[in-house]
Amino acid sequence: MSCNCGGNNCDKNSRRDFLLTSLLATAALAGCSDKKNPFTPEGEVIPSGEKVKLLSVDGEIIEMDKAFLKPVPDLPQLSNSEERKGIAGKKFVMVIDLARCKNLGKCREACNHAHQVHPGQNWIKVLGMEDSDHTAPYWQPTTCMHCDEPPCVKVCPVDATFKRQDGIVLIDSDRCIGCRFCMAACPYSTRVFNWEEPILIKEVADDQEVVGHHYSCETSTPQKKGTVGKCDFCPDMARKGELPHCVSACPNGVFFFGDMNEDSVTNGAETFQFSQLIKDKAGYRLMEDLGTKPRVYYLPPVNRSFPYESGLENEKQEDKKAN
Amino acid sequence: MENIAALSNEQITRDLLPQKFGRRGMIWTGSLIVLCLVGAYAYYRQLKYGLVVTNMRDYVSWGIYISNFVFFVAISLVGSLITAIFRLANVKWATPLTRIAEIIAVSAIVFASLIIIVDMGRPERFMNLFIHGRIQSPIMWDVIVIGTYFFISCLLLYFPLLPDLKILISVKEKTGKALNKLYRFQGSFWKGTKAQFRISDKAINILCIIIIPVAFCIHTVTSWLFATTYRPGWDSTNFGAYFISGAFLVGAGGVVVAMYVFRKAYHLDKYITPKHFEKMGRIVVLLALLYLYFNINEYLVPAFKMKKPEEAHLAQLFTGEYALLFWFAIMIGMIIPIIMLVFTKGRRPLPVFIAGVMVVIGAWFKRYLIVTPTLLHPFLPMQNVPESYHHYFPSWEEWAIAIGSLSGALLIITLFARIYPIIPIHETITEQHEEVEKK
Ligand code: SF4
Ligand code: SF4
Repeated sequence: MSCNCGGNNCDKNSRRDFLLTSLLATAALAGCSDKKNPFTPEGEVIPSGEKVKLLSVDGEIIEMDKAFLKPVPDLPQLSNSEERKGIAGKKFVMVIDLARCKNLGKCREACNHAHQVHPGQNWIKVLGMEDSDHTAPYWQPTTCMHCDEPPCVKVCPVDATFKRQDGIVLIDSDRCIGCRFCMAACPYSTRVFNWEEPILIKEVADDQEVVGHHYSCETSTPQKKGTVGKCDFCPDMARKGELPHCVSACPNGVFFFGDMNEDSVTNGAETFQFSQLIKDKAGYRLMEDLGTKPRVYYLPPVNRSFPYESGLENEKQEDKKAN
Repeated sequence: MENIAALSNEQITRDLLPQKFGRRGMIWTGSLIVLCLVGAYAYYRQLKYGLVVTNMRDYVSWGIYISNFVFFVAISLVGSLITAIFRLANVKWATPLTRIAEIIAVSAIVFASLIIIVDMGRPERFMNLFIHGRIQSPIMWDVIVIGTYFFISCLLLYFPLLPDLKILISVKEKTGKALNKLYRFQGSFWKGTKAQFRISDKAINILCIIIIPVAFCIHTVTSWLFATTYRPGWDSTNFGAYFISGAFLVGAGGVVVAMYVFRKAYHLDKYITPKHFEKMGRIVVLLALLYLYFNINEYLVPAFKMKKPEEAHLAQLFTGEYALLFWFAIMIGMIIPIIMLVFTKGRRPLPVFIAGVMVVIGAWFKRYLIVTPTLLHPFLPMQNVPESYHHYFPSWEEWAIAIGSLSGALLIITLFARIYPIIPIHETITEQHEEVEKK
């Protein structure tokens, strides 16, 4: 389990099983808090003495005290090793249509909100690009590229940053030692670091949907001091069959998300065949020459929906906010 | 050692025994301790509030902690240069310098390890390196080679110390009770028999041979922490050799400084002679020229091509924000010492000492210039971040910790010289006998 709490209340045997086996299909542990000693359960849970038998996902029968069972409101919690494996049969991919972006920054907002990103920092950056003096400027939303040859994963000494079978590169903030080698290695400068104790801005703190669950690599929350963070392609949403937050937040439909195996991408309103879209619109990836093989494709800023200048207004506001 | 030949064994022993701190020694040690404590307090604040107390941010994610780490690793290389290379090459004149070089190596490597822990966001998870360690990461390589180097260096310090410990134990009245206990604990098994000497000599020889590749590894791997990334300024195949040549230079500079200070403080004029400074001066010139060569390689070739990502980086070093520091480091770290030391007159003790100080200071800033400016030139533009993320200048906590670690290393050396003879007594005596026999 990604959370080993409740320890001394379970009897010894079942606890061992509990830690070894992965998720319980019907139950999740109550009262997790990672600030305290993980083996001191929180407050109210008192063992009732009444045992129940449960079937774990890998087919073992385990026994535990009934008091520790808590109905799961949403999806069952995943074990760390499950989260490290990824969703079977998927190859996630993103397409970003530069012709549609006017630097509204809604993607960034939604992402920061959902992932409790530290005020001032951003996982998605909307960069005002100009490749050379006489070429046209354009807005480029930049996420983690979820590289297929990820330099960040190569350098991580403790496997805290890892590549999953579904193509997503995730961070395990429970394991990260904060050496920041991955930040130096990432050519896309996409990684941010929790330099201090995470601060929740009021709107996030009020949102019970977003706050309140315990740490998982898939939600990347709650943020942890002294560890790195970055765009995670919202695998928790994918498990629910929903789109990443940036995709659904963008009113202009800039982001397309999908599965390469199914060869389809969607921004919620429109769905395209991925390979055809890339072909028709001459899609490309950033810094192809480095050999990182990104999973994020860009469609060039031609036949634009908005002039570049229309985004400048937002830029100023964003600057003000950041400082 | 022309004039040692005239000295009796007793005289040599008396001269070289560790001495109590005088008033100046007290002030020196006291100030080092104070600086260490200030550093410790700064680290306490860092533990409490997080790395936010530093001025590192998402772009400059490595700052003076890392450049200080590189500096320590660099200076520690000298242990292998003086001890191993000279020993294997049968260079006799360097004998009085071996222990100085070894203790510099050990104390520097200790603080290199500490400073890297200071740099970690989650130091309490240090053990993850062993629980979850993955061998593909250059950090793991560094952990392995630094551990090995530390271990071998300690042995190379300890084995030649054994005969001296025997001498120290025998002059109990002079060293005091507490120290005597320590000497006994460390060396009472050493009887000085022929068999023991044979084993010890053999062990030292083996260690001298293996420490050379390990020493090359520690600094090459440290350079790979940078060279394995894509960043302009780091993405260079020249880095390993460049770092090693720089490391030999700063190490030799460090030894020269230490020689001069010990000579003055402990009145060792008879043992560390102008001849030593003359020879070390030659070595420093040679190494400085070598380092200069690699610097030219490192900057001229990319500057000739001026690839776009390199351009901003190089412009900033040559003429921009960091130009003053850059040319300062080049001048005092290489050019001026070379000019001073090529002349025979420049190789007298005082000028050699001054050149050594310059080399060491230049080297420290050079490391800073290798780490920081590169990080300010990522491939994608720095946008959507607070203004403070665009610059880097270390905070007082970072300075305090960096200075504290440097003081800590000096403190180890000082205390070592207080407890043990900084010039090997036994070897000096043996050599004197050989000298006499020759005549
Ligand atoms: S974009 Fe950077 S952080 Fe993301 S996978 Fe690639 S190297 Fe890693
Ligand atoms: S900062 Fe964390 S994720 Fe990044 S390389 Fe270090 S341990 Fe791995």
